[in-house]
Amino acid sequence: MDITFLLNGESVELRDVAPTVTLLDWLRETRGLTGTKEGCNEGDCGACTIMVTDDFGARALNACILFLPQLHGKAVRTVEGIAGPDGALHPVQRAMVDHHGSQCGFCTPGFVVAMATAHLNGDRAHDDALAGNLCRCTGYAPIVRAAEAAAEEPVPDWMEDPAVREPAAAPQNRAPYAPDSADALAEIYAAHPEATLVAGATDVGLWVTKGLRDVGPVIFLNRCADLQRIDETADALRIGAGVTMDRMRALMQDRHPAYSEMIRRYGSAQVRAAATLGGNIANGSPIGDNPPPLIALGARLHLRFRDTRREMPLEDFFLDYGKQDRHPGEFVEAVTIPKQPDRLRVYKLSKRFDQDISAVCGAFRIAVEDGMVTGARIAFGGMAGVPRRATHVEAALTGQPWSAEGIAAAWDAWEADFQPLSDMRASADYRLSAARNMLSRCLLDDMGAVTSVLEVSP
Amino acid sequence: MSVARPLPHDAARLHVTGAARYVDDIPCPRGTLHLAFGLSDIAAGRIVAMELEAVRAAPGVIAVFAAEDLPGDCDCSPSNHDEPLLSDGTIHYLGQPVFLVVATSHLAARRAARLGRVETETVTPILSIDDALEAGSHFEDGPRIWAQGDAAAAIAAAPRRIEGEIEIGGQEHFYLEGQAALALPQEDGDMVVHASTQHPTEIQHKVAHALGRPMHAVRVETRRMGGGFGGKESQGNALAVACAVAAAATGAPCKMRYDRDDDFTITGKRHDFRIRYEAGFDADGRLCGVDFVQYARCGWAQDLSLPVADRAMLHADNAYFLPDVRIESHRLRTNTQSATAFRGFGGPQGMLGIERVMDHVAHAAGLDPLEVRRRNYYAACGEGGLSAPPPAAPPESISAKKKQGDGPGQTTPYGQVVEDFILHEMTEALAAQADYAGRRAAVAEWNAANPVLKRGLALTPVKFGISFTLTHLNQAGALVHVYQDGSVAMNHGGTEMGQGLFQKVAQVAASRFGLPMEAVRITATDTGKVPNTSATAASSGSDLNGMAVQAACDTIRDRMAAHLAEVFQADASEVRFADGRVTVGAEAMSFARAAQLCYEARVSLSATGFYKTPKLAWDRMRGKGRPFFYFAYGAACSEVVIDTLTGEYRILRADILHDCGASLNPALDLGQIEGGFVQGAGWLTTEELVWDDNGRLRTHAPSTYKIPACADRPDVFNVALWDGANREETVYRSKAVGEPPFMHGISVLMALSDAVASCGAAYPALDAPATPERVLAAIERVQR
Repeated sequence: MDITFLLNGESVELRDVAPTVTLLDWLRETRGLTGTKEGCNEGDCGACTIMVTDDFGARALNACILFLPQLHGKAVRTVEGIAGPDGALHPVQRAMVDHHGSQCGFCTPGFVVAMATAHLNGDRAHDDALAGNLCRCTGYAPIVRAAEAAAEEPVPDWMEDPAVREPAAAPQNRAPYAPDSADALAEIYAAHPEATLVAGATDVGLWVTKGLRDVGPVIFLNRCADLQRIDETADALRIGAGVTMDRMRALMQDRHPAYSEMIRRYGSAQVRAAATLGGNIANGSPIGDNPPPLIALGARLHLRFRDTRREMPLEDFFLDYGKQDRHPGEFVEAVTIPKQPDRLRVYKLSKRFDQDISAVCGAFRIAVEDGMVTGARIAFGGMAGVPRRATHVEAALTGQPWSAEGIAAAWDAWEADFQPLSDMRASADYRLSAARNMLSRCLLDDMGAVTSVLEVSP
Repeated sequence: MSVARPLPHDAARLHVTGAARYVDDIPCPRGTLHLAFGLSDIAAGRIVAMELEAVRAAPGVIAVFAAEDLPGDCDCSPSNHDEPLLSDGTIHYLGQPVFLVVATSHLAARRAARLGRVETETVTPILSIDDALEAGSHFEDGPRIWAQGDAAAAIAAAPRRIEGEIEIGGQEHFYLEGQAALALPQEDGDMVVHASTQHPTEIQHKVAHALGRPMHAVRVETRRMGGGFGGKESQGNALAVACAVAAAATGAPCKMRYDRDDDFTITGKRHDFRIRYEAGFDADGRLCGVDFVQYARCGWAQDLSLPVADRAMLHADNAYFLPDVRIESHRLRTNTQSATAFRGFGGPQGMLGIERVMDHVAHAAGLDPLEVRRRNYYAACGEGGLSAPPPAAPPESISAKKKQGDGPGQTTPYGQVVEDFILHEMTEALAAQADYAGRRAAVAEWNAANPVLKRGLALTPVKFGISFTLTHLNQAGALVHVYQDGSVAMNHGGTEMGQGLFQKVAQVAASRFGLPMEAVRITATDTGKVPNTSATAASSGSDLNGMAVQAACDTIRDRMAAHLAEVFQADASEVRFADGRVTVGAEAMSFARAAQLCYEARVSLSATGFYKTPKLAWDRMRGKGRPFFYFAYGAACSEVVIDTLTGEYRILRADILHDCGASLNPALDLGQIEGGFVQGAGWLTTEELVWDDNGRLRTHAPSTYKIPACADRPDVFNVALWDGANREETVYRSKAVGEPPFMHGISVLMALSDAVASCGAAYPALDAPATPERVLAAIERVQR
């Protein structure tokens, strides 16, 4: 397909772009811009971080799992475009030199771009902004010192990328497709149910870079603006499948802060800016982090095939490991979350806090009246082949006092709900005992105890 | 003078603008081919047949090599000639290269490599330490045993005893730049290789051997690595040899870089260890005798495992005087990646053994672990030599035995006299700066008040021996040119992997000539300029190469001084080089003018420099002698908080005091200490390598293998340099700094142990890495 985008301020037009050429490979091998590095080729190290600006603003993304067609109509800035045209260093670059923020230097371009993007956006939460950039040399301290030192400096004028006016798309009746509405998508997908849908490519990207798979015809979803809508009605939030995790995090910030905090850890800034809610659900991973809180909140999933729509409780979508209740040509259109007082607690357990896949992710919504549990929705990821409700535990708790005794009464129900597996993230025993303990933590949190090591200050 | 100034890394500006070139960034000549290995998918067995037709037919494929297609002997081992480039029919581990694809692009080579069909006969792999012990699978003829005194008798006679065992996991280097090499064929069969390597001479040697050419036919150049940490001491050999062989066969430049998953799957990592210990001690926590059995899982090939295991033995004492000690070391051969060098080179594992003993003894004796550590320290030396500041009065608790040792210093288990022990003073200073006593009380108070979250605190020392234990490696060469315009080009055998070696050595050169830094050009390491170099390893980079460069500079300076003294009728000893100028009696001129005068008078302005470390004498087989020129010291105090419901934890604060002697560059040294601590903490906490029952490494990418991320560094992170010069005559009295700070990470594991211990009566016996899962298991254990 033909695409147009800005690269370090200059317009680039490419014809007949193969759908799964990554921006990283194109920059390094075709364009000769070798400042952007390949560290892992799977979006986990940030060495390939570049800045992309579109109508939603400027954000850092991983170039290794970003396909060229996703850039159509956007502005890209690589490390080569962070210093001024006359060679003047950007404030974060100057600060990185002054504060000894580089040692081997290989991760540095990615850090510099992530820092410059946060600097542009006035984002001072440095640890979060840099959670997706791994450094093996410095121990990060000098890098954060540099970010702090540069924070007050003005944004250099060369950093302002104009929003690109998206050129009129040539009609295209062959793959790769880039529909501009859910209606158009519905028609194309129904006609080509074998096609691969690509939204943020944080998962499909790895099928290509690691699996070396031929993903067949590709349908890019990034131009379906209607799939990116968030609509609020009197009693529900309807969230389009194309809403990124970044926006999801902001959306949940005040409504369900525990969910929002989990999203902060769920992926790096680079991943959250690309990954979509629909993608995380539709790929059916047993360790996707959105389903547990959504299920606990009683979310409903909206599927569409052509003009036929159906909906279901989210938990019903996950049939078995690798198997979802989705027909060929049918796609996730939206999720609705009923409005409710916030009783949600979410606990994500992993070896590392940031940017790590959960060993166990537990979500709890426990209704309590007069000290008694009147209703419970508890859902887990990492405990079975699919995200799953703890129905036995829910039943055992309901009607019990919300207390250590009530929790003890549900002890045996856990094994009725879950027989987790052992893998490289955790053993079965640990998963089960941690899940059980999460319920205790939920109670202790209700009682106002400090239960998270993230809340402790030195 | 430029020495001792906190200058930025020499390439800092290139780093931040993306202009610093790594091997994969070097513009390739047209027609460059790209390589990928086809890998074994079983851990042990034999190749019955290989079907490579689909590989050959894949798009872009130019050539495919199996072992029999290789010219001659393509061995990649740095030690024992036991690493064929491609499997010779026997499969030793899952991930072993079995065939080599040469294609027109990196992606084409990777795609084609997946199409090979290798038919194999599997045998049961030897994967774990227990498997290897059961099968009697080891390197060398038996365990190595070093002893001093009579450990068994001392333990038997001791008032109290403990015994136990610690499992210590390995560690993936995770250099951000994966392994890479580029071979450029030259006229007449010569080869130029650009490699991301800590050891260009080794690459030169292995490539020459594979090509059947003398070493002079191969030139290896390394400008920089994107991180090494020991992982590029020997693990780059295979890529360079593959590129050279393919380049020779095709006549085209050949490049190879491992995809990250391949890098994890193919290359060696830090050795995982099991250490069994038995110790006798008295009521004050003083050790009477200790017995260690160290089991090192070495993987399939010998690589550097023998010196690694030796160094683990050599650090079984860490900072403690062990009068009666026995150390038995097993070097086990397994069907896994061949474990290799990694920052500390076995030292961290050996050191962790004795730190575990200290922690265990303190728990058993009901004493503060820091007090137990201090009571067991080597005696303060009678004469501090140049190790300023003067020693504080020894604590009252110092034992009679220690007092006897005052003066010349006590000896290590291997018989080296510890002449420079400064940890009494350093520990006292750190404990005061970090308010150890006050925080010890605060931690106890917190733990009494909080049922779910518990805090832990620990202060641990580091004493690390500096020198290669293979004595002949302790040499270095340099080549320095002064041009007639007064600019200086400097070259030496050390490689730059981020540690700032090039800048430190350039500071030495600038200081010798009294020049500003801009006058000194740092050039890529090149086997054609300085031959027969040792790996940049063992923390020795600036000690060895700094001295070699100093020697070369001084040779030129002396020639210049002699000539100028003659011209201006002064004494050569009175010629001064400072501030970019040369002063000869009443005459003063720019350095450039002086260089010009020397050139015109036909004075040679180019010199080599050479250095060999003095005082070394080491008998490895007996385990006796002086393997180390000196020791580098440090101490770290870490505080953690753990969640007793899930085992999650965080490092709240770390305070470090570290000895760099008279630092050549305090900013770069601080960087090594901060980074080393975080890397060491990662080793012992979140970095878990998991192999499945078939020998497949399941943690083969950053998605599954978790090095510390930005928010994992301590909230409060205070690092300071100990103010004191090296008592030995090192370059400007500095000390090596690459590896020693890594072991400050041990304080984090000990702080976790302290926090877990607050949950119950039993000893936590926390294994490493202490993942949340292991921490929760330890909590459950102590609560039982």
